[in-house]
Amino acid sequence: MNLIPPQAGFAQATTMPQPLQPPVAGQTHSSTSTATVSDHKQQKLKIETRHMNFFYGSHQALFDINLKIPERAVTALIGPSGCGKSTYLRALNRMNDIIEGTRHTGDVLLDSQDIYAPRIDVVALRKRVGMVFQKSTPFPKSIFENVAYGMRIAGIRNRSFVQETVERCLQQAALWNEVKDRLKDSAMALSGGQQQRLCIARALATNPEVLLMDEPASALDPASTARIEDLIIELKQNYTIVIVTHNMQQAARISEWTAFFCQGRLVEVGLTKQLFFKPREKETEDYITGRFG
Amino acid sequence: MAIHLIRDLDALHRNVLTMCARVEELIDSAVDALHRRDYEKAEEIPAQDDEIDRMDVQIEEECLKLLALHQPVAVDLRRITTVMKISGELERVADLGVNISERALSIIRCGEVHVPDDFREMSHLALSMLHRSIDSYVDMDVKLARDVCQTDDRVDNLNREIIHDLILRMQRQPQLIELHMHLFSVCRQIERVADHATNIAEDVVYLVEGEIIRHRNRLETGSA
Repeated sequence: MNLIPPQAGFAQATTMPQPLQPPVAGQTHSSTSTATVSDHKQQKLKIETRHMNFFYGSHQALFDINLKIPERAVTALIGPSGCGKSTYLRALNRMNDIIEGTRHTGDVLLDSQDIYAPRIDVVALRKRVGMVFQKSTPFPKSIFENVAYGMRIAGIRNRSFVQETVERCLQQAALWNEVKDRLKDSAMALSGGQQQRLCIARALATNPEVLLMDEPASALDPASTARIEDLIIELKQNYTIVIVTHNMQQAARISEWTAFFCQGRLVEVGLTKQLFFKPREKETEDYITGRFG
Repeated sequence: MAIHLIRDLDALHRNVLTMCARVEELIDSAVDALHRRDYEKAEEIPAQDDEIDRMDVQIEEECLKLLALHQPVAVDLRRITTVMKISGELERVADLGVNISERALSIIRCGEVHVPDDFREMSHLALSMLHRSIDSYVDMDVKLARDVCQTDDRVDNLNREIIHDLILRMQRQPQLIELHMHLFSVCRQIERVADHATNIAEDVVYLVEGEIIRHRNRLETGSA
């Protein structure tokens, strides 16, 4: 799907297959931070940032980020608070645009298309690149309407289509069996874990290609966290997922790739199992083993 | 959290070093009792093994606690998994020491027997391998660990030569078969000590480099 308006309806996942080069970390910080992975050559590239810098006014939050994110895989962004990982995540669907005084340099490419190009339709972009936040944010509406909301906004009136989509999304979010008999109840009556899965279902309803998740399970108990993690592992078969997490074990459990950010720089990126068993950079090891600082 | 983890890892490390020292003492004593025909010394060995068994259990419990409470990654995870394996290897070395001491007692009871010349060299080499494998762990010395692995071939060769020699002796002196069978068994036990030292050295390479080198030659040859 082209991001240049006019656009209507829902984006379908159309990819532009490209051979995936291994993710490449910011060379400014560590000249050795390049992933050397041979078994991922089959995966396609979905998102790429090249020499990306990001500023909040005069404060530079990201420095020369070069990162390639493979399609239909989970890429985890880890790092200490304030390292820029959430800023990076929000830059991938231009959520930072709503913050006054922000600007960036470099390229942010989705299927090779620069999402910051002048004629890009940001609404269409955010349909393709959905987002789930740390705190669940259900609308004060019914469970059904929460999921149908995106379709309503897009002007879809076909009732059977809307109903089918709501059911499909709730099933994909592993929530259907728990709510199918009370779809008209308020979403606010759901538990925290259910609300977060509802938000995931809502994000899925616009048929995105990419899901950005900013600590989606940080406020949940272990059982709800496990359900969200199982869900993420299921979803990666059809979606490209980028997740910010402070939970090292969560990153290790659910992601294929992990990128470690520190002080606005991408220190290291590689296969998760490699990064958590034998990181290349001492800074990474110090962080993941809790010796940071 | 990191402070607690580091403190617990330090305690674990101290306990492993104590176990290393005890196992070295035990196996040295067992082999020495055999060579010197020291009956009393050989009799004391099984009691030493009980203490080592307790250490093995304690170290495993500490490792499991660290894994459950701290969910370590990277070098900490490699350290704990390596310690669990090394502890198991050391416990089995101590068991071999007990076996050697039991054979030594039998040999002493049976009377004089000529110990093959290569036997002392082999036992010296195996004990040296164990000592160096432990040093490689303490110093995180990968080069030394790899040297230990390479020494194992020499022990294997000596083992084959000694067994060949013992078979010839049994053919020549059937009346001494029982004695030679005891020696044959001791020879196998010492060869196993060298194998465990090799395993420890391979674990050290994994600890430092994150690379599993165990079975590599055989697997690569097999897949070629």
